Amino acid sequence: MMLLFDIALVAGLLTLAVHVVREPDERSAIIAFLAFGLLLGLAWIRLAAPDVALTEIAIGGGGTGILLLRAEAAVRGRGKHEESVTRPGKLAIAVGCAAISAGLGLAVLSFASPAPTLAPAAAEGLSATGLGNPVTAVLLAYRALDTLLEKVVVLLALIGVWSLAPDAAWGGVPAVRSGEIPQPLAYLARILPPFGVVIGVYMFWVGADAPGGTFQAGTVLAAMWLLVMLAGLRSPPETAGLPLRLALAGGPILFLAIAFLGFAFADGFLAYPKALAKPLILAIEAALTLSVAAALAMLVAGPARRAPTR
Amino acid sequence: MTVALQPSVLFGLCGAALVGIGLFAVVSSPGLLRRIVGCNILGAGIFLVFGAVARRGAGAGFEADPVPQALVITGIVVAFSASALAVALLKRLAEPRSDA
Repeated sequence: MMLLFDIALVAGLLTLAVHVVREPDERSAIIAFLAFGLLLGLAWIRLAAPDVALTEIAIGGGGTGILLLRAEAAVRGRGKHEESVTRPGKLAIAVGCAAISAGLGLAVLSFASPAPTLAPAAAEGLSATGLGNPVTAVLLAYRALDTLLEKVVVLLALIGVWSLAPDAAWGGVPAVRSGEIPQPLAYLARILPPFGVVIGVYMFWVGADAPGGTFQAGTVLAAMWLLVMLAGLRSPPETAGLPLRLALAGGPILFLAIAFLGFAFADGFLAYPKALAKPLILAIEAALTLSVAAALAMLVAGPARRAPTR
Repeated sequence: MTVALQPSVLFGLCGAALVGIGLFAVVSSPGLLRRIVGCNILGAGIFLVFGAVARRGAGAGFEADPVPQALVITGIVVAFSASALAVALLKRLAEPRSDA
């Protein structure tokens, strides 16, 4: 029975992907991509990875979806188009891509057996951190360096986006709402945020022991903030404002500070003293959740459009 | 034959196919926005292959190896950041030139 479900899921994923590529209308292609993200979340569940499923649905599908839909609306009719590839050219590209897929497929079929795994190593560290969710333990203890660098990459991307602001608007307010706001959107923006904030905080809190965690919680909080800004209930903050900058940098700074304190109080960089491991990890996660929420919302909001008031 | 139908192999193959479909969009699409979407499909395919690796690495009481899972979560967030930067560049490109 599950096999039938798996095959249907794979067929759905591939059909949607092909549809996204072939559909001439940009808007329906992006909506198909949103559906693709949701189905992909189901695939991750089937791969026994609920944490990844939550992240994929929230960020990969939802976050990227709203980003692309806003971009489509902004560049409609005046987007830059390259010259179309000729028919034989397309055929050649298709053959090349199929060859790459076939090679990857062969690699999948000839994976080493028994499979190499780091699960025992991760499980060993689990008891020392006091966490119950192995993925959270890997993200914040076993491979904390990756997570730290990733936070910096997100901030770098945000700096890149902000630097596209016109000179006069530097440090000003991004334009999030566009034109007339439909009534249902304004209604949802009043009703949803209380629930969304509770769900976000819950996801962050259970992330220590159950599927959930910083990124998923941050994305839900970012979505709520964006909803309020899209409906015009609150204007976006000035990108030069101190509270926003503090929220953005606070997570990585606290992470780095605790990482360096590891030299003095534990075994080295990014090591936690054993007795304090769980409280420290929770503190880092809380600060990171806020940073992720602010960074993701600002990435969607885009560069400043209006000059700062001062 | 039954080996090929396990979830890890099935979704691994699906990921391999998605890489090809995404790459095709990146190389052959005339619209730049569609190329960004193609990049995301390509990335999703790679993550799915990695997910198949994680599923096969089950052990120590976990249903899947947590290390690749954590790396994929990191990857999804980085992919989103890259898409956001690409979209911002695309919007800037579509704006009427002020110096002309």
